[in-house]
Amino acid sequence: MRRLGALLIAVAALALPAAATAQDCPKTSIGDIEDEVMCPVCGTPLGLATDAPQAQQERAYIERLIASCRSKDEVKQALVAQFGEGVLALPGDQGGDDDLGDVLVYVVPAVAIVLALGGIALALLRWRDRRPRGEQPAAAPADAGRLDADMERYDL
Amino acid sequence: MRRLVAPIPIAVLCAVVALLALLAYGLAEGDPDRDVEQALASGEREPAPEFELPRLSGEGVASLADYRGQVVVLNFWASWCVPCRDESPLLQRWHRRLRKQDATVLGVDALDVTDDARGFVADYGLTYPMLRDGGGELREPFGMTGFPETFVIDRQGRIAAVRRGPVDERFMRQQVVPLLRERT
Repeated sequence: MRRLGALLIAVAALALPAAATAQDCPKTSIGDIEDEVMCPVCGTPLGLATDAPQAQQERAYIERLIASCRSKDEVKQALVAQFGEGVLALPGDQGGDDDLGDVLVYVVPAVAIVLALGGIALALLRWRDRRPRGEQPAAAPADAGRLDADMERYDL
Repeated sequence: MRRLVAPIPIAVLCAVVALLALLAYGLAEGDPDRDVEQALASGEREPAPEFELPRLSGEGVASLADYRGQVVVLNFWASWCVPCRDESPLLQRWHRRLRKQDATVLGVDALDVTDDARGFVADYGLTYPMLRDGGGELREPFGMTGFPETFVIDRQGRIAAVRRGPVDERFMRQQVVPLLRERT
């Protein structure tokens, strides 16, 4: 009985660190990463490169890193070590000193969208201003009578 | 006339022109550099772009200049590239022949995972020198469009032949053997 107890304690001592490690393992997935990194040969984000052999190799590499408990940032660092800074798809991720360029990548499209919306609003306002205003002139009494007669005739 | 100078049509026109310019720029950037082929077609040999890269084994660096005076069969490959698997045994065979004649195959593994590339070298028993271009920096200076690509460089460091795609016996006999007889 004492031996059995010792055996159980030994098994628990071995199992606990493994369970703790699994709990500490950062949670990330291939889907979480592949939109933020490039397939360098395809020239597209990895998420859009489905059948390219290099994309498949890159995915397999990322999955190996995830399986070995690497966090998202660690996976990205490993990819940079393999393929260089160009593998990062998000401008801010690249460690270069082109801070202005990184900001402009986000600011220019935002300004373009605001300008486009402003242009559409302006065009709508101008179009509305061009429409004839005021009440429509009333029909002549003879025409109004004929119109009423027609309406009654076609009234179903 | 008033319609022509109205701000909205002008803005739309500018946007269209800007988009067309962007499209033209993108297409021009995407065009591969074919200077080497043009030079070869007119009977000239262009100097090969100089480079220095780490060895795939991780031990030190090597440059193209280290091989000056030799005929170099510079082969760009990657472990994920299917045609590279077909041509590797042929390149290894030719490397054994070339070694005796002051010539070499020089492999450049590009855009590849290092461990996979080392596994490839071991699987195919490749003994020729291997360099590593992880970020594919040499693709632009060599005007590369895919893998594998092979550049035959004469003893003076000039590109004497190009194969965009896997090499075969015929290419090696026609393009490499004549260079072996040339002296610096």
